[in-house]
Amino acid sequence: MSFWRKYVFSVDHKVIGIQYAVTGLMFLFFGFCLMMIMRWQLAYPGQPIPFIGSWLGDARAPSGIMLPDFYNQLGAMHGTIMVFLGVVPLAVGGFGNYVLPLQIGAVDMAFPKLNMISYWCLFLGGVIMLGSFFLPGGAAQSGWTSYPPLADIAPSGQTAWLFGMIFLITSSLLGSMNFIVTTIQLRVKGLSFFRLPFFVWAQFVTSFLLLLAFPPLEAAGVLQLMDRLAGTSFFLPTGLVVSGEILQVSGGGSPLLWQHLFWFLAHPEVYVLILPAMGIVAEIIANNTRKPLWGYRSMVYSVIVLGFLSFVVWAHHMFLTGMGTVMSSFFQTTTMIISIPSVILLSCLFISLYGASIRFNTPMLFALAFLPMFGIGGLTGLPLGLSAPDIALHDTYYVIGHFHYLVAPGTIFALFAGIYYWFPKATGRRMSELLGKLHFWPSIIFMNGIFMPMFIQGFAGVSRRLADGGATYDFAGNVTPLNRMMSWSAWGLALAQIPFIINFFMSMRSGVKVGSNPWNATTLEWQAPSPPPHGNFTREMVVVRGPYEYSVPGQKEDFLPQNQKAEA
Amino acid sequence: MSNHAEEMDRHIRTYLLVFGSLIVLTLITVASSQFLHLPIGPHIAVALIIATIKATLVACFFMHLISERKLIMAVLGLTVFFFFVLLLVPAMTALSHETGH
Amino acid sequence: MLELPYIVEPRPDTGLTNGKLGIWLFLASEVMLFGGLFAAYIMLRVGGPTWPVGADILNVPMATFNTVVLITSSITMVMAWAALMRRNYGTYQLYMFATVGLGLVFLTVKYFEYSHKLHDGLYPSTSTFLAIYFTLTGLHMLHVIAGMVVITYFALAGRSMFRKNPQWLTNRVEHTGLFWHFVDLVWIFLFPVLYLM
Repeated sequence: MSFWRKYVFSVDHKVIGIQYAVTGLMFLFFGFCLMMIMRWQLAYPGQPIPFIGSWLGDARAPSGIMLPDFYNQLGAMHGTIMVFLGVVPLAVGGFGNYVLPLQIGAVDMAFPKLNMISYWCLFLGGVIMLGSFFLPGGAAQSGWTSYPPLADIAPSGQTAWLFGMIFLITSSLLGSMNFIVTTIQLRVKGLSFFRLPFFVWAQFVTSFLLLLAFPPLEAAGVLQLMDRLAGTSFFLPTGLVVSGEILQVSGGGSPLLWQHLFWFLAHPEVYVLILPAMGIVAEIIANNTRKPLWGYRSMVYSVIVLGFLSFVVWAHHMFLTGMGTVMSSFFQTTTMIISIPSVILLSCLFISLYGASIRFNTPMLFALAFLPMFGIGGLTGLPLGLSAPDIALHDTYYVIGHFHYLVAPGTIFALFAGIYYWFPKATGRRMSELLGKLHFWPSIIFMNGIFMPMFIQGFAGVSRRLADGGATYDFAGNVTPLNRMMSWSAWGLALAQIPFIINFFMSMRSGVKVGSNPWNATTLEWQAPSPPPHGNFTREMVVVRGPYEYSVPGQKEDFLPQNQKAEA
Repeated sequence: MSNHAEEMDRHIRTYLLVFGSLIVLTLITVASSQFLHLPIGPHIAVALIIATIKATLVACFFMHLISERKLIMAVLGLTVFFFFVLLLVPAMTALSHETGH
Repeated sequence: MLELPYIVEPRPDTGLTNGKLGIWLFLASEVMLFGGLFAAYIMLRVGGPTWPVGADILNVPMATFNTVVLITSSITMVMAWAALMRRNYGTYQLYMFATVGLGLVFLTVKYFEYSHKLHDGLYPSTSTFLAIYFTLTGLHMLHVIAGMVVITYFALAGRSMFRKNPQWLTNRVEHTGLFWHFVDLVWIFLFPVLYLM
């Protein structure tokens, strides 16, 4: 096979998975850099940005001092890139592609060519998003939610954002079809649904969310493109005044319509960010507690219910839009109900730890940290789900703190755990434990240093959209000094990633060589050679047992792989 | 193979019958809207009911849903449910605005 | 290339081939795509101060004709599949070309409809009704074009596939047909919603 077919336009799910993962990691890093620049502006508003300020140009930061418009671009693009180009490609595209077919014993994904196309759609979408920074007027600046009418009248970066999103949505749709078909059709003999590893369940439900929730956003994207390019008024009400003049459009549109269609996707999207992370954590916890997961079945039922309910809670993002009390009561009820399966999942993972002799390796540390961090994120969400307290907290830093606890020290920690855990499978070498711990401990401290003060600022009423972090608002005076602590934590977090980067590249070349099953795990991916060849398995797999048969009494080893018969 | 061929013949007769019904229903829906002069509510209801019947015919016979596997039905059931959730929203919004709550 | 299972023969416990399940999932997402647009239609119509009757602005006879054309193309598509089931390649090819031809007729009529509107100064920006009309029919038209491309491909490149593995080609044509019927089905709703109500 030529170089191009083997490494670039490959149809092998493992190569595509690694392409997704590397792309996702690079975008995570890029999105993180955008945030670090924002944090400078928040901590030291109006002061020239050090080091890179002079490169940004007069349109963004004249003599190094950031313009509010550029701050808005950074904010909008940080959100978009982290969600759609960072976490989703890494969690679903990367881990899903690499691990899911191996865990179900398949030779590849059901549609290998489609798999390749979906990666390249993502790549194109990413290029468009990055390129939009160089358009006149800069990148999209109406928030990652792109609410009209603001987004309808924004500069051309918004059009690029919409085109980019259409590619990203197409990529996710094709990918999710592929995952569902692969899971249903390509499971090996004996692997019934209730013998699937929890990670596969999580990816399976995630794929349904992507498949059914993304198209309405695609529809909304098309409508907003029409508004911007064909002069229609889908989201522009009659008599809209822009810069003191009535906008010359036909009118009759509804800005609320966008919000409904956007959040119809974006709430399930929250679970798209979280469920694969839960799947990874469940695998690692079962493996390092050397016990079966506590309540595997209730976890599976919970994840299904969670997926289902995530479609009927979206309007809790819209309590302040004046959509009416009937709607608000309905959606706050469903929101309270959806917390039940989430709590079941988290409780099962916590109870799984009870009585175990835990192996505290790097993947396990990240997985363990996920639990309380996700807990904080989830519990702080409850007041936001009730319409009365949401009136006070809506659009403040409290909201930012809440969802970042879910996705930053929550999901991203789980993704790091997954990288440390499956690295030996992909490369045949283990990552360094020492560097791993040097990565973990500062990361968890700095993460909390960034996000914990946000709750305090939020309670004080600081809006999330202020380009100066509240410096010009008297009421925020008591809490603005926290901005410096948060910013220094963010830069510290950047330094804490250096051991990871070193570890990643060094271990690829000179990590300790390990066999096919270094963690003594039970699921099928560890029965393939490391790294698995094209076609994955060297012998036929037949599954005879559930996914987490650790410490089965009367056995020589403390783990029984899914395809292995028990000793009499 | 004769059994198989007979079955295909039966299928094709069904297709032609469905085709005929679709054409007739199309003409009915146009005629009802042009000549019946119903008030707006019933007018919309008639048009949508006929469209639903036509869509059901296409889905059941041309797309073979009538003899399709349970799994496909489950996926479509789920989709149709969320489709209606999506459609209910604008209706609910309009309702709460009208009643002033 | 690897041999993936259940491409030609269905998996025993699900009774489905990979492609069959895949195309239905794709159609499920299409249902949600048009669902989003129909939701937009309802919200704009209910929320707007006035809403025109489609027949006053749009050309009902042309659209009725187009409805009949699309329904006919559905029957030719299903006949093409039936011919393949009987392993009759010549008839199959004939019906496939007929389907593409009917698609072309649909597009031509649509072209005249659009150019009349634009000629009369009725643009998407003229009113919300015309905006949703152009968006919905335009998106539907893209689906028609996509379907025609795939059908043309299988009509032209089908012979070697037919020689190699007729059942596989039959499956693929069935899946193409499912997409084509779905496009027809969307039009069945678009026609009364835009033109008659």
